[in-house]
Amino acid sequence: MSSHTLTHLQRLEAEAIHIMREVVTQADAPVMLYSVGKDSAVMLHLAKKAFYPSPPPFPLLHVDTTWKFRDMYALRDRAARAAGMQLLVHQNPDAQRQGINPFDHGGLHTDMWKTEGLKQALDLHGFDAAFGGARRDEEKSRAKERIFSFRTASHRWDPKNQRPELWRTYNARKNKGESMRVFPLSNWTELDIWQYIHLENIEIVPLYYAAERPTVIRDGLMLMVDDDRFPLKGETPVMRSIRFRTLGCYPLTGAVESRAQTLPQIIQEMLLTTTSERQGRAIDHDQAASMEKKKQEGYF
Amino acid sequence: MTEIYKTDALIAQDIDAYLDTHQHKTMLRFITCGSVDDGKSTLIGRLLYDSKMIFEDQLATLEADSKRVGTQGDAIDFALLVDGLAAEREQGITIDVAYRFFSTEKRKFIVADTPGHEQYTRNMVTGASTADLAVILIDARKGVLTQTRRHSYLAHLLGIRHLVLAVNKMDLVGYDRAVFDRIVAEYRAFAESIGIVDFTPIPISGLAGDNITTRSNQTPWFEGPVLLEHLEVVELDQSANQRNAFRMPVQWVNRPNLDFRGFSGTIAAGQIHAGDEIRVLPSGKTSRISRIVAHGGDLDMAVAGQAITLCFEDEIDCSRGQVITAANAPVEVADQFEASVIWMDEEELVPGRAYWLKIGPQTVSATVAQPKYQVNVNTMEHLAAKTLDLNAIGVANITTDRDIPFTAYAESRDLGGFILIDKMTNRTVGAGLIHFALRRAQNIHWQATDTSRTHHASLKNQKPMVLWMTGLSGSGKSTIANLVERKLARMNRHTFLLDGDNVRHGLNKDLGFTDADRVENIRRVGEVAKLMTDAGLIVITAFISPFRSEREMVRAMMQPGEFMEIFIDTPLEEAEARDVKGLYAKARAGQLKNFTGIDSPYEPPEAPQIRIDTTQTTPEQAADLIIAALIP
Repeated sequence: MSSHTLTHLQRLEAEAIHIMREVVTQADAPVMLYSVGKDSAVMLHLAKKAFYPSPPPFPLLHVDTTWKFRDMYALRDRAARAAGMQLLVHQNPDAQRQGINPFDHGGLHTDMWKTEGLKQALDLHGFDAAFGGARRDEEKSRAKERIFSFRTASHRWDPKNQRPELWRTYNARKNKGESMRVFPLSNWTELDIWQYIHLENIEIVPLYYAAERPTVIRDGLMLMVDDDRFPLKGETPVMRSIRFRTLGCYPLTGAVESRAQTLPQIIQEMLLTTTSERQGRAIDHDQAASMEKKKQEGYF
Repeated sequence: MTEIYKTDALIAQDIDAYLDTHQHKTMLRFITCGSVDDGKSTLIGRLLYDSKMIFEDQLATLEADSKRVGTQGDAIDFALLVDGLAAEREQGITIDVAYRFFSTEKRKFIVADTPGHEQYTRNMVTGASTADLAVILIDARKGVLTQTRRHSYLAHLLGIRHLVLAVNKMDLVGYDRAVFDRIVAEYRAFAESIGIVDFTPIPISGLAGDNITTRSNQTPWFEGPVLLEHLEVVELDQSANQRNAFRMPVQWVNRPNLDFRGFSGTIAAGQIHAGDEIRVLPSGKTSRISRIVAHGGDLDMAVAGQAITLCFEDEIDCSRGQVITAANAPVEVADQFEASVIWMDEEELVPGRAYWLKIGPQTVSATVAQPKYQVNVNTMEHLAAKTLDLNAIGVANITTDRDIPFTAYAESRDLGGFILIDKMTNRTVGAGLIHFALRRAQNIHWQATDTSRTHHASLKNQKPMVLWMTGLSGSGKSTIANLVERKLARMNRHTFLLDGDNVRHGLNKDLGFTDADRVENIRRVGEVAKLMTDAGLIVITAFISPFRSEREMVRAMMQPGEFMEIFIDTPLEEAEARDVKGLYAKARAGQLKNFTGIDSPYEPPEAPQIRIDTTQTTPEQAADLIIAALIP
């Protein structure tokens, strides 16, 4: 009998599919969080594979901050339509009313739009399991995160009270009001994600590829002036060939100068660069254990 | 010198060639185990560092942290790279399983980093459950320790076939070959005694970097592979598993429309081709594979580890939890097993209590008998045990409420490994490894009798029923039960009263008042009550029955609608003030152990059919209320 050793990407793909199928059979109301980034793109692609020829049996949920790049909104709507899935968009009405924005409100922006917005959306629709695209290689406190991460009725994550996870046997049982966050890409690395996008020809936001874009440099981050809400403090936007390694709210996401216009070039650049992915995000710079603290409060 | 990571040139010159290499990499999952100061975190930190998985910004943080809280003076403390959670940093120890990633030109590696402390057996078992290989770290100055034995036993128990004995801190013993040889000999003697047939010993220094990625000049006497070399070439369990008979537990039935019916799952063993003959268990029905469906086009074949969807030629029943196997090599089906059980919860195992047992995608109700023995994981001795507490490992019989398809754990982790879930809290409280099925269950068949339970009941002209009274000692259960029986007798109803104290003089005289004994007490009473309802009787019971799980267990034993839970609700102060039998006084004086309400909990019913508040209701009124509910 011949042997067909699976490659690491084939094993990662099978693992993610297995996880998704466990969730739809164990949860009452699953949902997939969709942030339009590259990890979300891979997750959505895997969901299509997991349930084919059925469409994925859950909706997509975008917790919107209203401050994403314009290219992201365009791809979001197109990708959901192509997958045959319902797209739910939630914008925290309190944050909207108070005009919370990344320029004036710092950490409160993430807290209100993302952390609170996510909790509101999950409660509003009664979702009891939410897929997220987080990976263990992103940050130290993530390295210990379970694939099925248990959250209390108030959405809190207690690192001391997580269930042991053995083999590929996942326990998604919970009492009313409690929920699970599920991370099918836990064991993928940034390189795996890029390689998979390349191999499977997955559409991603054009901002990942280098192009001439208007930029200003502020607090050490190179920011793109994506629309006229960007308050210029006497700065003149400069056209630079830039791209993004990670995408979030445009005023909080740092770009890198680059000429990489194809996926292999992007991967090449990534492999030869010497700074980690999350450095482009302002959120992690607060304090050493900041991600862990945000998670306990319910941030994804 | 190092060839392993010489990829930068290739990346810069020919990214497509590099991607092609990377695409064809295989994956090895391994676990590192060692005691607190054996240098485990340092070793992993070193592997990440040497494989360039650390970026400049992380390195800057690392350097700053090393100076601030490190243990290596001004040098880099690699351990800080992997000690993640804030709580751990404060305590200076790793307290959970963390997963790390690095890759070489041949393989991608996932490392489960598990703590060395005794109380964290649970974490090591978790990490070992998905590992192909274990690296057992030993401090060359200390030799084989109790922890070394424990880690090796656990790795072997969880079915890890590849063991590496990494004798660390060789720099601190002058790279002395005699020290290394002595430790290896000592370890070999122990390993053989627990059935480990093979292991790979390597002398290393995590701190100095000897024999980790590159061969050390300090150990010219060592001819074996260096650590990373070995990790790159060791045979993967996954490849071996493809040569076994085909098995796939069904996760999900894929039914987008009336024309398509597929069965989705991850192949646990073997290979499958279109046209292969298959069998579905437990039903035993057979068919052929008509299609192996995948996004992007049907497949001709699929192998262990792949997540696929199968279609059959015939319309046979198949649902989640059932197992598709090669037609000529089915798995066994049984409802009683012997298994190793690893307890993972603060609340100890209660033998006889019903837990959820999840094996692959199937979840059934199951009970664990009193353990045959507990294993002392330090000495491998077998100890007598009544229960298992956190981190204890024992062997016990398990009974499930229906037949399940399975294999021995030694044959398949997917089909022989299960978790136990507490029905109230939903926590994962234990893990089990099936040894074999007990034949008993298959050989004792149910004896059909001619006079049915319906016949018994109609002769008595009544509907059988269990009136289950629960409440604290002294709440008035026996008094009310007795009144109910007298009144029913006057109404020509056939009844029987099972009283807690009376049953303990005979049927249950061998039982005490520990949690496990209380559960067994209630189980037996439930079985007796069930026989009596089969005989057509109205059974009245008066037991404290303090735990919700056991009351639910008894409810589940009865026919639907034949169990009425009656909560005799008397506050503790009130029951204690009455103290009819003087028991509360004794308990308060410490003369009675495990007394409900004092040093043993009472879990009040959440939704009893009847609740009697004895501070507002007389026993007469209570009895009338109950009878009104029984005979409307």
